[in-house]
Amino acid sequence: MMNKANLIAGGALTGLLLTAAIIGAFWTPYDPLRLDMLNRLGPPSPVHWLGTDEFGRDVLSRLMTGATASLSIAAVTVALAITAGTIIGMLAGSARGWTARGISAVSDALLAFPGILLALTLIVIVGAGRNGIVIALAIAYLPGVMRVVRSTVLSAREKEYVEASRVIGNSELYTMLAHILPNCLAPITVLGTSMFGWAILSESALSFLGLGVPPPAPTWGNMLASSQPFFEQALWLSLAPGICISIALLGTNLLGDALRDRLDPRMAAI
Amino acid sequence: MFRYFLRRTSMTAVTLSLVGIAVFLIMRMIPGDPASLMLGESATDAQLEILRSRWGLDQPLPIQFGYWLASVLSGDFGISTRTGQVVLPLILDRFAVTASIVVLAVFIAVAIAVPAGMIAAWRQNSLIDIVAVSVATLLLSIPSFWLGLIMLLIFGLKLGWVPVLGFVGFDENLLRAASFIILPVITLALIETGVLIRMARASTIEVLRLEYVTHARAKGVPEWRVLLRHVFPNAFAPTLTLIGLMLGNLLGGIAVLETVFTLPGIGRLLVESIFARDYPVVQGCLLLTATVFVLINLVVDLLYPVFDPRITVE
Repeated sequence: MMNKANLIAGGALTGLLLTAAIIGAFWTPYDPLRLDMLNRLGPPSPVHWLGTDEFGRDVLSRLMTGATASLSIAAVTVALAITAGTIIGMLAGSARGWTARGISAVSDALLAFPGILLALTLIVIVGAGRNGIVIALAIAYLPGVMRVVRSTVLSAREKEYVEASRVIGNSELYTMLAHILPNCLAPITVLGTSMFGWAILSESALSFLGLGVPPPAPTWGNMLASSQPFFEQALWLSLAPGICISIALLGTNLLGDALRDRLDPRMAAI
Repeated sequence: MFRYFLRRTSMTAVTLSLVGIAVFLIMRMIPGDPASLMLGESATDAQLEILRSRWGLDQPLPIQFGYWLASVLSGDFGISTRTGQVVLPLILDRFAVTASIVVLAVFIAVAIAVPAGMIAAWRQNSLIDIVAVSVATLLLSIPSFWLGLIMLLIFGLKLGWVPVLGFVGFDENLLRAASFIILPVITLALIETGVLIRMARASTIEVLRLEYVTHARAKGVPEWRVLLRHVFPNAFAPTLTLIGLMLGNLLGGIAVLETVFTLPGIGRLLVESIFARDYPVVQGCLLLTATVFVLINLVVDLLYPVFDPRITVE
């Protein structure tokens, strides 16, 4: 029962943000970058539903553009991490000897760094900004994907049906793709959903620190950072982006729980 | 038992060497001449030449790593190119601030979350359970820096109970120091409580289904004793692992929270150093936090047999 509620609530919240992001890519009530110095720090009103910021820019329009930025960055990051992680994980799972040991050692070393710290460091190398965030976060999440894929491959490759596929003469690659890879789909889907939430959180944290998407382009993180000085006079500026990030995280958390229950029957009753 | 101890410790040694190699490579991947990166723009040619020869920069990479490792192991992390401070005392100082907040917060979170999670599991699907899970999910969906801002607004600006800006060390004035760290501690504790409740609940539910629990109940052991003596040790082991990971992660990664509360912690130091291209400090922060992370996981692994002795059997 709780599973169904999770699925519906998570789906609804995520869907809401996706819709806002897709609409925001094509249309916003106002130009998110247009300055209007006469309407600085205007409170929410029928004209500007969520008020205006310190440069008179429409907050709702900026949130929608921010949603496009945050969600697309998260989506690209997760897609990159999953693609690369799955390929490397399958190699590590099927290789034996030193190759397998080498790959595991490198991933263990990467896992020894706290995620956000690793992302921060990689940003030092690849540079701050939109692409920097995507690359840094994708590399930071990669070892996690790799480990899940590798352990799934390790347990699947000893199964009879995999053995059978080899015996009837299917190539190693075909066996891998047709019989072993499908086993990884369920854990990857669950992990991917959580990673989507982490990516949104990390992106907003990095943008908040000034290492992410540079202003004036709006993201939830940099909107929150620039709202800090106007905290007392314009509370809506700080509330709106924070609520957006929370909705995104709550949506992906609930969806992740529901998917895990559905795809991993062992967890269903928990 | 002894073999388990030995195996875990040697595994940790291997991981630590890998961490060393990783940090070394990361620093060498930064575009530019390593010597001028470490000495800053004001360095003279003579100084650069000294460092180049000391680090063997004209030799192959593995040998360079040897030189680098020797200087790091002797505690020579270099000098900050931004402030001229010696790196090691600087990062230790900042780390102490972060550690005091993180350790307090995690301690509070564990004290609340483990009993709450166990009660929720014990009365699974009851009202208490649904409330506990909902609150936990909600808590872990709030970004720490946003919750921090809201707390600062309510208790700092509106109510004026705590100072909004600044920091005082514990060695200077205990009470004033406490007033600066109380909000970050509560913020962090709230969010980590969310994560821990879910973990404690999930592992307790799994243990409650095991036959030995039914057996204990059947032979008439009082319910509180079943929970404390039979369920708790088994259910706590996975939570302990999570606590270790959490401590390690937080000790390196509360830069955002430190920024919100303007605290001189190690995360803030790292971010400032990245902005200022102060590479000796960046390197020091990375080495310290990664080492602490690895060591905490070792401690957790060594504590694990206390709760689950089966783990030591090969």
